[in-house]
Amino acid sequence: MRVLGCGPSALLVEFAGTDARAAAAAAAWLDRAETARPAAVTDLVPGARTVLITFDPAAVTVAAVRAWAMGLDAAAAPARPESPPAPLRIEVDYDGEDLPAVAAALGMTVPALITAHTAALWRCDFTGFAPGFGYLRSDGWAHTVPRLSTPRTRVPAGAVGLAGPYTGVYPRATAGGWQIIGRTAAVLWDERRDPPALIRPGRAIGFVAR
Amino acid sequence: MTLLIVRAPGALTTVQDGGRPGLGAFGVGRSGAADLPALGAANRLVGNDPGAAGLEITAGGLTLAVTARAILAVTGAAAPVLIGRPGQAPLPAGTHARLVLRAGDTVTVGSPTAGLRSYLAVRGGIVAEAVLGSRAYDSHAGLGPAPLRAGDRLSVGAARGPLPTVDAVPPPYRPPGPVELAVWPGPRADWFTPAARRLLLAQRWRATAAMDRVGVRLAGARHLERAVAGELPSEGMVTGAVQVPGDGAPVIFLADHPVTGGYPVIAVLTAAAVARAAQLTPGVAVRFVPGG
Repeated sequence: MRVLGCGPSALLVEFAGTDARAAAAAAAWLDRAETARPAAVTDLVPGARTVLITFDPAAVTVAAVRAWAMGLDAAAAPARPESPPAPLRIEVDYDGEDLPAVAAALGMTVPALITAHTAALWRCDFTGFAPGFGYLRSDGWAHTVPRLSTPRTRVPAGAVGLAGPYTGVYPRATAGGWQIIGRTAAVLWDERRDPPALIRPGRAIGFVAR
Repeated sequence: MTLLIVRAPGALTTVQDGGRPGLGAFGVGRSGAADLPALGAANRLVGNDPGAAGLEITAGGLTLAVTARAILAVTGAAAPVLIGRPGQAPLPAGTHARLVLRAGDTVTVGSPTAGLRSYLAVRGGIVAEAVLGSRAYDSHAGLGPAPLRAGDRLSVGAARGPLPTVDAVPPPYRPPGPVELAVWPGPRADWFTPAARRLLLAQRWRATAAMDRVGVRLAGARHLERAVAGELPSEGMVTGAVQVPGDGAPVIFLADHPVTGGYPVIAVLTAAAVARAAQLTPGVAVRFVPGG
């Protein structure tokens, strides 16, 4: 683990190793950080293999936050007596426009791809791009899918897409370059709901074919 | 309840406040005023909390009518401010000063002569529906109250606390020459060649017309060359980040920047430099200088 400077009011914690290992290390560090978070730390934002710390520079020095971050690396993981919540089930109509092309590119039949996608246990590594958009990765899904060379100007809300090693569900209609394999009626983002985002970092998710 | 009635909305006028920090893990950015110190100064002049909701006026053109006595201030860009009173010629007022309007008066914020964004605060603050604890309009995420349109009626809140004894403050000094933006090294400065890191500070850059609340794209004679090829795994981004996409032309991230991104950040602006970057207009020359 190393801590990179990121301006006067942020630091970037980065984890080494394979994508899967780094994501797991980042998640564990984030867990410890949220448990022991000083008031001056204003946000903790996970990435693919990083966690961004933002803080109030009027309340704490960069050096103090850096020391806190480094100290968490060695700290023991907090006790987790309760078993993790059951995976969130998301029902999907696997009828996306790019489904045949993605299956062909991966050397699979469409039914085999659907079986593989629904068999995998997915985990939200981080969010971004839009409120409620989670980047989901699975140790049971080893495929990498390229983005569209020309993004669509409009991807409908609820579209289920693939890019790189990730699956993502578009919370609202936006432009998008991910390969669309299906759609869900689940409401990924509702600003009036508590919590507003259905998919948050650390959440386990399973897809179910309708 | 006092109302502000929008007679002319301007090119882009939005409700902004201190934003909604702390929600990055949900993919929600802080948003809020692009020039936070300017909003703070306007609010303090009218006795509001510095982060109270006001109006961010982009390139002027806003006219509001007030239905009752109202105390206002306009800060940010150097722009003409006029008070319209029935039966009188328009009264020139000024920025960075407390203005008292009578019922039926109008206030107009004109096109800036320097800078881009004006901030209008009203004593009591703008009352609009809050989303996730903030009234700020996030243009990237599509959260918060929509940009103002003619005919909109904005409610004004109750005044809290005393008025300050000071009723005018000096506007920020704008020296001639390129706008100097103080920067710290970014987390991925080592993704660029040593020559590129020197070029960032040595080259005279120019703000392009590709600018909005998400960021300002810069152009320069030479682009910034990468030392590390390949894609950067997505990581959290900060306001003030100087992100360099594949074409080597830097983008300065402002209030509505994406929460995570996959292009390397070579430098990060100080808070004071972010406020200056929020006031850049197309064609203005920019220089990065070492900060901190």
